[in-house]
Amino acid sequence: MSSPLSASAASGTNLATEVADPGTRATATQHEHPDSSNGLEKTIVKSYKAPIAFAIFTVIALVLFVVLGRDGVSTFRLSNDNDLIQLPALGVPTRIAGIVATVLLAVIAVLAYLRVRADRHVPLWLTSLFGVLFLFGFLAWAAAGQTLPVPGLLVGTVSLSVPLIFGAMGGVISERVGVVNVAIEGQLLAGAFASAVVASITGQPLLGLVVAMIAGALVSFVLAAFAIKYLVDQVIVGVVLNVLVIGLTNFLYSQVLSKNAEVLNSPPRFDRINIPVLSEIPIIGPTLFRQTIVVYLMYIGVAAVYFALFHTKWGLRVRAVGEHPQAADTVGINVSGTRFWNVLLAGAIAGLGGAYFTLGSVGAFNKEMTAGAGYIALAAVIFGQWDPIRATLAALLFGFASNLQNVLGIIGSPVPSEFMLMLPYVLTIFAVAGLVGRSRGPAASGRPYIKA
Amino acid sequence: MKLELRGITKRFGSLVANDHIDLVVKPGEIHALLGENGAGKSTLMNVLYGLYQADDGEILLDDEVQHFAGPGDAMNAGIGMVHQHFMLIPVFTVAENVMLGNEQTKAGGRLDLPAARARVREISARFGFDLDPDALVDDLPVGVQQRVEIIKALSRDAKVLVFDEPTAVLTPQETDELMVIMGQLRDAGTSIVFITHKLREVREIADRITIIRLGSVVGEAAPTASNAELASLMVGRAVELTVHKEVSSPGEAALVVRDLSVVDALGQLVVNHVSFEVHRGEILAIAGVQGNGQTELSEAIIGLQEKVLGSITLDGRWLVGMSVAKVLDAGVGFVPEDRNHDGLVGEFTIAENLMLDRSDRAPFVKRGTLQLNYLNQFADEKAKEFDVRSQGIQTPVGRLSGGNQQKVVLARELSRDLRLFVAAQPTRGIDVGSIEFVHKRIVETRDSGVPVIVVSTELDEVTALADRIAVMYRGSIVGIVPGNTSRDVLGLMMAGEVPDTITTIDTDTIEGALL
Repeated sequence: MSSPLSASAASGTNLATEVADPGTRATATQHEHPDSSNGLEKTIVKSYKAPIAFAIFTVIALVLFVVLGRDGVSTFRLSNDNDLIQLPALGVPTRIAGIVATVLLAVIAVLAYLRVRADRHVPLWLTSLFGVLFLFGFLAWAAAGQTLPVPGLLVGTVSLSVPLIFGAMGGVISERVGVVNVAIEGQLLAGAFASAVVASITGQPLLGLVVAMIAGALVSFVLAAFAIKYLVDQVIVGVVLNVLVIGLTNFLYSQVLSKNAEVLNSPPRFDRINIPVLSEIPIIGPTLFRQTIVVYLMYIGVAAVYFALFHTKWGLRVRAVGEHPQAADTVGINVSGTRFWNVLLAGAIAGLGGAYFTLGSVGAFNKEMTAGAGYIALAAVIFGQWDPIRATLAALLFGFASNLQNVLGIIGSPVPSEFMLMLPYVLTIFAVAGLVGRSRGPAASGRPYIKA
Repeated sequence: MKLELRGITKRFGSLVANDHIDLVVKPGEIHALLGENGAGKSTLMNVLYGLYQADDGEILLDDEVQHFAGPGDAMNAGIGMVHQHFMLIPVFTVAENVMLGNEQTKAGGRLDLPAARARVREISARFGFDLDPDALVDDLPVGVQQRVEIIKALSRDAKVLVFDEPTAVLTPQETDELMVIMGQLRDAGTSIVFITHKLREVREIADRITIIRLGSVVGEAAPTASNAELASLMVGRAVELTVHKEVSSPGEAALVVRDLSVVDALGQLVVNHVSFEVHRGEILAIAGVQGNGQTELSEAIIGLQEKVLGSITLDGRWLVGMSVAKVLDAGVGFVPEDRNHDGLVGEFTIAENLMLDRSDRAPFVKRGTLQLNYLNQFADEKAKEFDVRSQGIQTPVGRLSGGNQQKVVLARELSRDLRLFVAAQPTRGIDVGSIEFVHKRIVETRDSGVPVIVVSTELDEVTALADRIAVMYRGSIVGIVPGNTSRDVLGLMMAGEVPDTITTIDTDTIEGALL
């Protein structure tokens, strides 16, 4: 999309209608919205990115599922033994499933090619359908002769996504108000550490949650102070903060925590709370409604952030400050104050996600236990186009990729586990690199507001 | 409401932007604040609006001293402002922009959008605006965006309304409409401060005129004063308002543009199939309201645009797809519209800026080393020739005034052998003295046989310089008309209308342009 559409330097007066770029091409113009906005005519820039990507994945499917196809029956187990409503396990012949999936993938790839050739976009649902089909084919192939526990796969997905979603909410708020929050990683780690220590000492996990929010907000405070007050480059402050928190928690862990782990690093974990009725819905119940209070807090949090951002005075002002701080200033909004408090709020929310590591899943603090979750959360913010709901979906996708690797490791798939470890990160790169399209963030995000 | 400013002084470092300014605006009058760019008008209004704090002096509303810590205070006191660069959030709707900072909420903290919509509808009905409260501001034409700004101020019951250079982005017709609106507001009892540097507008609408020069009030005038009187007060000496030029004697076509389109990142045709030619020894002015494709067109010629379709040839040489360096080598001189952004390196000295486009070869570079002696000698010469006023050629360009900066750009571009000269907004933001100088040099360049393109949004400049005028609207050339075409006709063309009466001088070109 970025390559110049200029014609080759032909001599004489040849009209430059051919365009020297294989991927994209401008074609005949068509008049759209004659009365809209700036009222400019549009030309469709053809982008063959989607069909090309589809074709590549179809070839991979062909090689993996058909040429290297495996025999046997792949069983998808849909419910746990102790569920109230039992669904029968779904068994499919592996090779036939692979062939069917590959054929359907090829059909979609051709469809996408035809749409682009006819100057139309490849819709998101087609891309999603392609992804789901490929996933189905892959799971069937990997689980040949085995049983794949679908509920386990999904429960683990939610579990791994919780810190990502909290982190992403922190990212969304912070970026919407105009401060790039690279320090999510540090906020998660600080939250994890502080909540582990306080919950261990007091025996109160709820107190741990509160302290995790404070710890996250403290990390944010440093970010806010440097970025807003002293106008230091926000990305640099964020990265430095991450390194600082890693160093600090590593030091305290090895010097203090590990020497007295009984007292300082054995926090009580939250119990699972089964929501009556809802938790008995097949597949969905065990996935969403047999979770700890942190997860339920997350549901409320995402809904609250969405509602507040788009339907309240607070949200209107936050978005105004992130888009056009000077305009916000001229209507009497305190730009620096708004930015400062909301960056702190963002840190507190991310801190909650950190607490989930120690109080929800692992049960003790470990060196660098967030392992880059903050950066993945940042990717989810961008992939989700700075929208709380979409960022949550993106985080769930990343969580699913991570958990797929765990589950396939357990059932013993033919894919090397080292390769599967890459999956969430590869997916992140693909997602952010824009298979979905160019995304536009808040206009003033990352730019300090200097009042004349 | 009566507004009074007493002895307002505002300093930025050693620069005194406002020096003991006194101003009284009576209720229900339009008070024009006239002054050159950089005279301190906008600073004064930003002090009034609470964006700056005055170092000295006081603001009185209805004889009560006010203290504004920020724009919020000023607004609450009844002061509204229509900013030169609109203070609207492009991704918000009209209603959201109007309610921002002054939000009403319903139960549960929900924004009361229906109330905001009703407010927008009520105020726009009062002035016959016909505004859709749910339209995204980004989708509205600038003239309409300005009305949103007016509604924003009125929705907070502004009694004093400041218009900061409101006509800069409007077509002449939109300007007339704005004048009517200002009249309506005045009749409704609003006090209006109208900041401008355009004499015609002042004489048309103002009840009283205060003239500011170099940060001080230099006089008052009645709207009956002549243009020459106002101009000499504004500049401090008698000013030549017309450009002396002989009738052009155009030679053969040198620059030929055929079916040229520029596509932006969103796939929009910001320049839409334009065709024209420029002859040796003529000035073709490209007129139009800011943002109708003129910038992209001039950048396409110089090679700064990425997606360009169509053909541009200069003396038979193909220019589309060439690098900027090759285009410059082909003999194109270019004055970019934003000299601080594209034309100069602010931290570099005058001398260094003068060699920027020839930094890779003799005479400035030999065997990989800068020829500093030659450069200094060259710079001294050019500074004298182009009347660049500074403390010497080693002064960083960023410290010069706008007019002197522009002379440095001109000196650089005109000191090469040119086959084409493109000047985009050559006099934007510079003082009247420099404007005279720049205009003189442009005409001299034409007379030396070089084809010249002047891109300008100022109709005065267009009509003063042009031998022919191409008017652009939404990326297309509406028509190419003779240089003496009346302002009314040009105004209509700038709004996209092709008056039946225009006498086209180049039928082929017009047909090409209208495709």
